[in-house]
Amino acid sequence: MIYFEWILLVSIVVIAVFSIEVKDLLSAVILMGVSSLLVSFVFLLLHAPDVALSEASIGAALTMAIYVIAVKKTERREE
Amino acid sequence: MIRKIVYAIFIGIIIAGVLMFLSAFPFGENKMLVGKYYIENATNDAGAPNVVTAVTLLYRGFDTLGEVMVLFTAALGVSIIFAVEEKKKKVVQPPNFVVRVGSRIVFTFILLTGFYIFMHGHLTPGGGFQGGALIATGFLLLYLSYSDTGINRKRFMVAEGLGGIIYVFIGLIGLFVKGSFLANFLPKGTMFDLLSAGILLPLYIAIGLKVGSEFAGIVDDFMCEARCTGGEG
Repeated sequence: MIYFEWILLVSIVVIAVFSIEVKDLLSAVILMGVSSLLVSFVFLLLHAPDVALSEASIGAALTMAIYVIAVKKTERREE
Repeated sequence: MIRKIVYAIFIGIIIAGVLMFLSAFPFGENKMLVGKYYIENATNDAGAPNVVTAVTLLYRGFDTLGEVMVLFTAALGVSIIFAVEEKKKKVVQPPNFVVRVGSRIVFTFILLTGFYIFMHGHLTPGGGFQGGALIATGFLLLYLSYSDTGINRKRFMVAEGLGGIIYVFIGLIGLFVKGSFLANFLPKGTMFDLLSAGILLPLYIAIGLKVGSEFAGIVDDFMCEARCTGGEG
């Protein structure tokens, strides 16, 4: 069980770094959503299920949708 | 170069100060009397097993009203920014059959889950904000899957206004009956019943309506910005 938490925490950091470094902005937005979903799992493991609920619905769904619309209205590739 | 050294020294001083301040409090030890009071007495005061709900709605109900106002102001700002007269729907290709029918089925379950979360806010984790955000997620799915949703924006406004009015009205009843704003004037009932914990249930229904319609309104503004012609877009 402790290994699961380690894998979760390390993968959040790795995904966050990737979402900054990647050149395709749509992939960056999706990676951000994935990392926010994993953060909500961490909240659940820390016995804060109400925070996990808001993180999953706002961080992973609504924020991602708004960023996707912003990417669609501007440029997809970063220079 | 000198500027960088000065910055480094300043950042070092700030980090050292924060660490010294934090080292005065041993980790995990409860120093706050207010927090101790909440943990020991919240369940009895509110008649609800969920302490978080008791703190946000009973002890700090007025703060929650302020938070809802902040969210309302944010939604208002978004709709003012995107307000352009006479937007027309672009002709977009409708999504395929599976997406249309599947999203309609999933939308029902998301809506039910959202209602469940804010109806049971005083019994299980979650509450008005979480349930409202979940309902808005369902509306987002509906917007993504239909080319023409036919969702009436006015109904969001009616639900939002209704939520705010219910919240303030309950608070005012408490002011007249018990002498303080948002006082718990309803009977507590048996714990773990749905109709228990006094005013917590109607307050959470009001917050859920308000937050859900506000988030759905923001989503509506953004989707319209992405999809409609007219204005600058």
